[in-house]
Amino acid sequence: MTTTEHIDHTEAHPETHGHKPNSFYIKVAAALAFITGIEVALYYLTLGAWYLPILLVLMLIKFLTVVSLFMHLKYDNRMFAMLFYSGLILAVLVYVAALMTFRFFDGG
Amino acid sequence: MSEATLAESHAVAHAADAHGAHVSPTTGLSNNKLAMWLFLGSECLLFGGLISTYMLYRGRHTGSPGPAQLWDIPLTSVSSFVLLMSSLTMVLAVSAAQERDDRLTCIWLSVTALLGSTFVGAQVYEFTSFYHEGVGFTTSLFSSSFFTLTGFHGIHVTVGIIMLMSLVGIISRSKVPGDKAEVVELIGLYWHFVDIVWIVIFTLVYLIPA
Repeated sequence: MTTTEHIDHTEAHPETHGHKPNSFYIKVAAALAFITGIEVALYYLTLGAWYLPILLVLMLIKFLTVVSLFMHLKYDNRMFAMLFYSGLILAVLVYVAALMTFRFFDGG
Repeated sequence: MSEATLAESHAVAHAADAHGAHVSPTTGLSNNKLAMWLFLGSECLLFGGLISTYMLYRGRHTGSPGPAQLWDIPLTSVSSFVLLMSSLTMVLAVSAAQERDDRLTCIWLSVTALLGSTFVGAQVYEFTSFYHEGVGFTTSLFSSSFFTLTGFHGIHVTVGIIMLMSLVGIISRSKVPGDKAEVVELIGLYWHFVDIVWIVIFTLVYLIPA
C-alpha cells in the first residue's frame, strides 16, 4: 500500500476513527439518564451549600460527555474542537463579565 | 508548508472529493463540517446571552407567579430525558449512515424527530399552562426572559425536526448531494448541540432555585 492509498482510507474520513459500536452509545446514554435522575433527586433533597456545586459538576459532566462522545469531538480533528471551545469559552467569559457588572454574583 | 505535506493534503482532498465531500486542499478537513462547528461555536454566544439575561431577571416578577410557583419539575425531567434519548437515536442514525444502511438511518432519524416532537409538545403544554396561570410573555421581566430563552431553544428543536424529516425524504429518494454519511453527521451535530443547550437550561433555569 502506498502512502497516498493509506491517506485515502484514513485521513479523508477522520470521523470513522471515533466510530464506536452501538452498545457503547447505549451505555453512554444510560449513564447520562442516570446522572439526570441524580440531578432530579438532588432537587428534592436538602443539601444546603453543597447543592449548587454538585449540580454544576453533574451538568458539566453531561455536557462534556455529549460533546466528546456523541459529537465525536474527542476523536475528531483538533481544529473542530478549537472552533467550538473558542466560541464556548468566549461566551462564558463575556457573560460572566456582564453578570459581574450587574453584581449578579454578590447578590446586589 | 513543505512539498510533502502539501502533496498529502491534495491527496486527502482528492480522496474525499471522490466520496462527494467538499474538502479543503489546505487543511484536509471537510469545509461543511468546519462551517458547522464554527456555527455551533457562534450559537454558544447566542444562548449564553439568553441564559445570562434570564439569570439576571429571574427574580423580577413582583405581583405575578415566579419560578417556584410555576415549575413542574416531573414534567420537565421527563421531557429532558426524552431529548437526551433523542441524542442516542441520532448517534445511532450517524452510525447507520456510516455503515451505508439507508433503511436503518431513516428509521433512527424518524425516531429522533418523533422524540424531538414529544419534547416540543411538552414545551407547548408547559407554556400553555403558564399562560392559564396568568404568566404571559409581557407579564414580568422574569416571564419575558424565560419565554425568550426556552422559546428560542424550542425553535431550534423545531428547525432540527424539519431538517431530520427533510433528510429522511431526501435519503428515501436517494437524492443526497455529496457524502451521505457526512450530511447525516452534520445534522447530528446540530441536534446534539440543541441537546447540550437543554442540559444547561434544565440545570440553571429549572433546578437552581431563584
